[in-house]
Amino acid sequence: MRADEVPQDGNAALGGHRKAVYAVGPDGRYTVVPSTGWEAEETVTLQAVEAFRRLADDARRRALEGRASPLEVHMYRSRMDLALLAQTTGLWRWRIRRHLHPAAFARLNAKLLARYADALGVSVDELRRLP
Amino acid sequence: MIVPFKHQHAAHCESGAVSSLLRHHGVDISEAMAFGLTSALAFAYLPFIKISGLPLISYRMPPKAILKGVRRRLGVRMRYETFRNPAAGTARLDELLAQGQPVGLQTSVYWLPYFPPDMRFHFNAHNLIVYGKEGDEYLISDPVGETPVRAPAADLQKARFARGVLAPHGLLYYPTHIRPPKDLRPAIVAAIRRTARVMLHTPLPLIGIRGMRMLARRIGALPQARDPEHTALFVGHVVRMQEEIGTGGGGFRFLYASFLQEAAQRANDQTLADAANDMTAAGDHWREFALSAARMCKGRLAMDCAQLKQMVLQGAERERVLFQRLAKVSA
Repeated sequence: MRADEVPQDGNAALGGHRKAVYAVGPDGRYTVVPSTGWEAEETVTLQAVEAFRRLADDARRRALEGRASPLEVHMYRSRMDLALLAQTTGLWRWRIRRHLHPAAFARLNAKLLARYADALGVSVDELRRLP
Repeated sequence: MIVPFKHQHAAHCESGAVSSLLRHHGVDISEAMAFGLTSALAFAYLPFIKISGLPLISYRMPPKAILKGVRRRLGVRMRYETFRNPAAGTARLDELLAQGQPVGLQTSVYWLPYFPPDMRFHFNAHNLIVYGKEGDEYLISDPVGETPVRAPAADLQKARFARGVLAPHGLLYYPTHIRPPKDLRPAIVAAIRRTARVMLHTPLPLIGIRGMRMLARRIGALPQARDPEHTALFVGHVVRMQEEIGTGGGGFRFLYASFLQEAAQRANDQTLADAANDMTAAGDHWREFALSAARMCKGRLAMDCAQLKQMVLQGAERERVLFQRLAKVSA
């Protein structure tokens, strides 16, 4: 890639930041060119962000119908899935899966709630409510 | 307390952190040199490690390979410290800063408040350098940022003690002994040959050229008609691993080409100069692949897994020829 070909597409996912891209300058030598982003990167980053947003929206809809707990909504909002939440909290997956049901979630003790809240980066109060 | 530290905008966090730390200590090693000298380039398709349900695809060696590599090739000994207790980790960081030592940290990206929200994912092996503290805020030279940044102490502590895959456990590091060899050429040749060996001869079908071919087959076998959503997610994921996460473009191939070019100048070697050009061409090929793939994900082009498979196979073949030449370089 030549330095004058480094994309400057204004990738919205970068939030105004510029990233360093290695490209060949006019003298044939490599230089670091700050780039505002590339169309291809933007597409795939937003695709990944969007995938989590869809999961969270879907969980929220089910939570309103009483078929999912707020934990599931918070999990996807924090860009985690079951496997990652299990690693972060150190709890078994099957245990977390139980807590994704509203009835089991409502019975959680303060200690477990605090553990989830810490892993997800929200307060216990926020965790109990739907975002 | 603020240690005078020169920030350097880098493509990749680990090579950038190592390069600017070494420069701080008076050893002039560019980011590309740090990357190449530690044989950090690679390819791996690891279907048993899942990232939100999708396989890990990496264009480089595992995290910390560069930190360990500088010991081998540059005689730089690093002191590593991890902590059970987050408060102890923060106290030790403050202590080192008070001694005037800029400190490298391993952190999670997700908890760093200065990262753009859409870039914050749970990746635990991000490297940055802390060079000062003012009140309750740390002064940070994040290699992938254009300028130095700041972060509140509580956030940095959370980022350092994130859990999960590659959990940092508060890892901090700084060089203790630095005795680089006078002539870098033997180290450069050894590093290039090692990379060629990894790419060509790793006895696992998931690594190197064979790994690329495996990925190509997987892309070719995606359920394009039956499950277009999963297909688009998988293809988009490949592009993300290649372009988005601090690779300097083309899955680190441009960064490596820059290293080959620098090596060619140091050694005055035409073979390496030609290899640098070919590596640039390999990077360009991966960029073309990324652009086509991203347009297919967005629906601006019709999804065509057979074509993407062909492009990956072509990239693999191009690199096979290139690394077979590089395997024969000698001092």
